[in-house]
Amino acid sequence: MVQWLTFTAGVLTALFALAAYGIRGLGWLLPARNNAPLVLTALGGFAVTWFTVIAISAELGGVVNLEPGGWIAAIASLLPVLGAFALPQERPDADGTKEALKAYIAKPDRIPAPQATSGWVQRAVITAVTIIGLGVFTYGIDTEYGELFVGYLFVVTFAMWAIHTAGLLDRFSALVAANRSFTLAMGFAAAIAFPFTQTDDHYANIGVNILIFGTVALGLNIVVGLAGLLDLGYVAFLGVGAYTAALVSGSEFSTISGVHLPFWASALAGAAASLVFGVLIGAPTLRLRGDYLAIVTLGFGEIFRIAVNNMDGDSGPDVTNGPNGISNIPDLNLLGFNFGQAHDLGGFTLGRFANYYLLMVLIMAIVVLVYTRAADSRIGRSWIAIREDETAATAMGINGFRVKLVAFALGAALAGLAGTVSAHVTYSVVPTPYQFAGSTPPNSAFLLAAVVLGGMGTVAGPLLGAALLYLLPEKLVFLQDKSLLAFGIALILLMRFRPEGIIANRRRQLEFHETGQLDVPKQTTLTDEPAVTKAGA
Amino acid sequence: MTTPVLEARGVTMRFGGLTAVRSVDFTVNAGEIVGLIGPNGAGKTTFFNCLTGLYVPTEGTVSYKGTVLPPKPHLVTQAGIARTFQNIRLFANMTVLENVLVGRHTRTKEGLWSALLRGPGFKKAERASEERAMELLEFIGLAHKRDHLARNLPYGEQRKLEIARAMASEPGLLLLDEPTAGMNPQETRATEELVFAIRDKGIAVLLIEHDMRFVFNLSDRVAVLVQGEKLVEGTSDVVQADERVIAAYLGEPFEGDPGEAEAAEVEAAEAAASADAPSTTSSTKGEAK
Ligand SMILES: Nc1ncnc2c1ncn2[C@@H]1O[C@H](COP(=O)(O)OP(=O)(O)OP(=O)(O)O)[C@@H](O)[C@H]1O
Ligand SMILES: [Mg+2]
Repeated sequence: MVQWLTFTAGVLTALFALAAYGIRGLGWLLPARNNAPLVLTALGGFAVTWFTVIAISAELGGVVNLEPGGWIAAIASLLPVLGAFALPQERPDADGTKEALKAYIAKPDRIPAPQATSGWVQRAVITAVTIIGLGVFTYGIDTEYGELFVGYLFVVTFAMWAIHTAGLLDRFSALVAANRSFTLAMGFAAAIAFPFTQTDDHYANIGVNILIFGTVALGLNIVVGLAGLLDLGYVAFLGVGAYTAALVSGSEFSTISGVHLPFWASALAGAAASLVFGVLIGAPTLRLRGDYLAIVTLGFGEIFRIAVNNMDGDSGPDVTNGPNGISNIPDLNLLGFNFGQAHDLGGFTLGRFANYYLLMVLIMAIVVLVYTRAADSRIGRSWIAIREDETAATAMGINGFRVKLVAFALGAALAGLAGTVSAHVTYSVVPTPYQFAGSTPPNSAFLLAAVVLGGMGTVAGPLLGAALLYLLPEKLVFLQDKSLLAFGIALILLMRFRPEGIIANRRRQLEFHETGQLDVPKQTTLTDEPAVTKAGA
Repeated sequence: MTTPVLEARGVTMRFGGLTAVRSVDFTVNAGEIVGLIGPNGAGKTTFFNCLTGLYVPTEGTVSYKGTVLPPKPHLVTQAGIARTFQNIRLFANMTVLENVLVGRHTRTKEGLWSALLRGPGFKKAERASEERAMELLEFIGLAHKRDHLARNLPYGEQRKLEIARAMASEPGLLLLDEPTAGMNPQETRATEELVFAIRDKGIAVLLIEHDMRFVFNLSDRVAVLVQGEKLVEGTSDVVQADERVIAAYLGEPFEGDPGEAEAAEVEAAEAAASADAPSTTSSTKGEAK
């Protein structure tokens, strides 16, 4: 399996090398005409080889035990790196080693404009990228052991970095911007295709958990990313939804076990219950500005967990069975389709988790629709205005309290909706996952990290962030108690070098990096002509 | 012409021991451009904040076209008073067009549901808003920059955009807090034109300025605020000639510690002035007409 990684890195290096050499037909690979992508892919290959060698020797108990093949691979991987660095500088004017080094790893400010392409070529490109993306993503989920996943991360990171410096990412974002709905459709097609590529239902389980986590993160993005409200207890709304669904699921452990609502009703009930809690928490606190909301939501999150822990009939009313939670939640049955059983579909077998995965794709589609439509409307603009400058926003006639409450309640309802599915997926709901911080998602800190890390105010950002943050603890169990440390270091590095998140909102990107933006207007000197000719006329 | 748009009655604003605005009576009539001047720290911005509901005045009331306004900024804007800020407060990471669209907030009503369902009514309202916003951008001459982020505009254009954003709420009265601060002479001249053009649209304008030439050129009436009190009010000529105004500006270095003698001097000058020109000038103690 590791060979695949080194092979991919090698192929990418070779492609960029050939493109840099000027081979006909490969020019599109290097819009920026620079050597940085070559350097970075070579570094990626080098990193993954050396990481493997080190990991194997650690396993074998010392470098001496390494087979000669390992040595050869390690040294061979060094060659492209040296070769890449030996290439002529594309910026001979760069002064100082820091500048020179930067030219090797950074995207140049000026990238030649792309040639116009026809619509179907653009769509073909988007389709191809989606397929490759699905392949890469599936490979990551299917990695069997932690070291392999780390190698995978090395290759993906360096490859993405290389593609970014080559200017390909900019080209692709332009394509996406021009074909927004087509990209969205392709994204969903890829999401639906995922369970069909899996033979082991375990990976569909990871998939459905990522989707739940991602959907909740997207809901939080409305609150944090759009309206700028720091909610530190957001996971409690997921909990409210999950508990509501569990109570009305007909489970024999539910305190109202007689009630068995159909899924659509329990989904609505879960969303509505979360919404009510959202309004209850929001109404008194959203009138205040600043950090009060963060403190109150942090408190609410903890209160929720402690309350459900105690509503067991001893310390409080018997509602949630305390720490034992509500178990034996029956599987969903929609129109005769039993989610608990494996189904054969055109030669593919979809297991239990794959069924729930597809349901979650639907829920996520709803949330994405809600997010994009709300963001691009009068209410979405007023959220962003509040985030940007609350005083100015109220002076423009926005009732700050009201629109913040709408954002808060909407975010809560979406989390509650996701919670209703999660209750069925996990068979049982217990209080422990709904806390502020923990080593596995979802918890409020991880949710917030997914939003910030992925890219605030975007749709793809929180989803990608959620996928990463779910996979890291899942795959890095070999790091054991050091995984949180590694995670923290990774977060700090990312926030240092890419504060706008992996997927940057156009606005945020401009906020953090002034240079290289087309949007920055040229500082023209003022002409004598009065600027209000139209007004004066 | 003489129907009052804005009437402030006995507006007082205290911050702890400091009285920033002391029982100011103030009127702006329809179709008027009124200037508000005064040395630094006189309480001009504080007075604006009281008018627009950003501060709840300790005492006094503000009414717009005869109805008393509740001290809530969004309700004041809803009623028809819009403003700009002394330190530009644009939505920096929104585009020029989006900034103006936010200004349309009070004149549109599409809520979350219509945004989610996207019926024909929603699309029509969005289109109408955008058309109106583009008209305003044409008016101030920023239409070609509709998709630029507000933060990337040069300073002068940011000031203009703030005016367009305020005008988007279709106000009957526009409050401008130092609209030419930081502008070069050319831009100041252009702003002068702009203010006249706004008045010609039937919007009354009340503006704070330190650029005296600008204020006296523009204003039908000028009021002088010194240490929170309205000292003089009248036409440009009257205010320019008033000794107390000159004294207030020259006396500024002592502002923090107004000596007994100085106070007496101002008092004397005041008395003298009101004896000289009682018909055109009204001091704070006099009835605002
Ligand atoms: N929120 C506040 N809390 C306490 N004091 C305040 C507050 N706002 C204003 N002040 C004080 O009120 C006084 C008047 O300030 P204001 O900003 O209104 O002056 P100004 O006339 O607008 O001056 P400038 O010409 O410099 O803008 C100042 O002494 C100021 O320090
Ligand atoms: Mg001021």
